[in-house]
Amino acid sequence: MIWNPEKECASREELHRLQSERLVNIVKYTYDNVKFYHERMDACGVKPSDIRSIDDIGMLPFMTKQDLRDYYPTETFAAPMSEIVRFHASSGTTGKPIVAGYTRNDLDNWSEGVARCLTAYGLSKHDIIQISYGYGLFTGGLGAHEGATKVGCSVLPASSGNTSKQLLLMKDLGVTALCCTPSYALFLAESLHSTPGFSPDQMNLKVGIFGAEPWSENMRAELEDKLGIKAYDIYGLTEVSGPGVGGECEYQDGTHIWEDMFYPEIIDPNTCRPLDYGQTGELVFTTLLKEGMPVIRYRTRDLTHLNADRCRCGRTMVRMGKIMGRTDDMLIVRGVNVFPSQIESVILEFAECSGQYLITIDRINNNDTFQLDLELRPDCYSDNMSRMENLKKEIVGRLASVIGLKCDLHIVEPGNIERSCGKAKHVADLRKI
Amino acid sequence: MIIQQLSIFVQNKIGRFTEVTNILGQAGVNMEAFTVSENSDFGILRLIVDDTQRAVDALRAANFAVNITDVVCLDCADTPGSIAPFMNILSREGVSIEYMYAFTMGDRSRIVIRTDDLERCDRLISE
Ligand SMILES: [Zn+2]
Repeated sequence: MIWNPEKECASREELHRLQSERLVNIVKYTYDNVKFYHERMDACGVKPSDIRSIDDIGMLPFMTKQDLRDYYPTETFAAPMSEIVRFHASSGTTGKPIVAGYTRNDLDNWSEGVARCLTAYGLSKHDIIQISYGYGLFTGGLGAHEGATKVGCSVLPASSGNTSKQLLLMKDLGVTALCCTPSYALFLAESLHSTPGFSPDQMNLKVGIFGAEPWSENMRAELEDKLGIKAYDIYGLTEVSGPGVGGECEYQDGTHIWEDMFYPEIIDPNTCRPLDYGQTGELVFTTLLKEGMPVIRYRTRDLTHLNADRCRCGRTMVRMGKIMGRTDDMLIVRGVNVFPSQIESVILEFAECSGQYLITIDRINNNDTFQLDLELRPDCYSDNMSRMENLKKEIVGRLASVIGLKCDLHIVEPGNIERSCGKAKHVADLRKI
Repeated sequence: MIIQQLSIFVQNKIGRFTEVTNILGQAGVNMEAFTVSENSDFGILRLIVDDTQRAVDALRAANFAVNITDVVCLDCADTPGSIAPFMNILSREGVSIEYMYAFTMGDRSRIVIRTDDLERCDRLISE
């Protein structure tokens, strides 16, 4: 089902017209109401009247997470406090949090985004949804809550914690959909299998809605298997609104971004130049309707690509690929942008690899060196030298075709790569620049 | 005869090899034969021992990448030309050999042969 076919399936021309109209408005509104952005546009020599359509967005300056920190707590707000009806705050691990303020319209548009996602996952007013995201400053709980309420689901605001009560209510109410972080879902799934008195066949679960942290296809398969559900990704971020900036559809072939409200761009994180559809770079968002805290060309630091091909589901909204990592993690080796997650995905294509690896970058005689140490699964260390050498060649070749760089690959003994707290450290950049 | 061979992946060749011999000595395992295949990066140590399982347990406990492979062991007199007829049979029958090595025990020679069709190889040399 489609929640809002008029918007979600609008022609690209109609969407372009709507995005253009909304961008013109939001730029003028932000320029008039947010001092720091006014000054930044002035410094770039751009006036609101220069922006006539969405195609002009490249003239506008960027906003960064640092800007939101520098203008803590509310200097980036565009609406007066009397119009703000809600705050949320990011869970940043260092320094001050980022505070987001929402007007009544903002909450309405936010829950519209969530409602579109839930409907795409097949939910309706006939579903009972257990929301086990934390409720509070984190956008997950309340964001999902209001979207589900809008759809008409019966909402169980379970929040996180108290596992046995979560399982009891899930069973006794016949909950059909679970919404939480994928790691909490995995914990609940394991508890379901290990807690006496509970078993998966008592549950009526059909759909899992997971987001707020990256998760892999392996994790999806595990969750679907352990909970007997179909598991969907919901995407969002506090700076833009919260969960529901986009979500997967029934085809699970990328995350549709509700680009009539949240306009995405992909840029090269070094040059800041816009990249084409299909190219991997940094995801940038402009909130086309936000009143409380609009962001214009906000750099998310997430690395991904966009796909504008028409989806089989009928929605015309672009689809975002998997988040490949963070710009903070990006390495520049011999002038090439390298994402450790790309390397990892190549490694995992080879059944012989255990998933333990270490990338070491150094600079010797002004040349970057790129070494990859790799552990195999213990039973894959062959007795046959040529088989081992062929495997090595294959991995080097496959990596070169994906990242455009030849690495110096070393197969090492199992346990050789240092593990810290059970999690391996994957990158060592020894360059002193 | 088909027997079991240990293969051990070793990275820092010299030191690790010494360690393997120490571990096997402490476990009371006797090495009957060994061979090393190496490139600039790593080595593959292949061993025939008197107690395969005990050797595997001791080496795994010390975090070695050790695996067991079946190989054909050809037993013949340790005299000039005694191996040649067997090799002639294998090449005539088109058995492709991944690797082989030899060792002597008393007055007998033993040839270890690794091929992708062990059963056939074993049958051919037994006839
Ligand atoms: Zn779709």
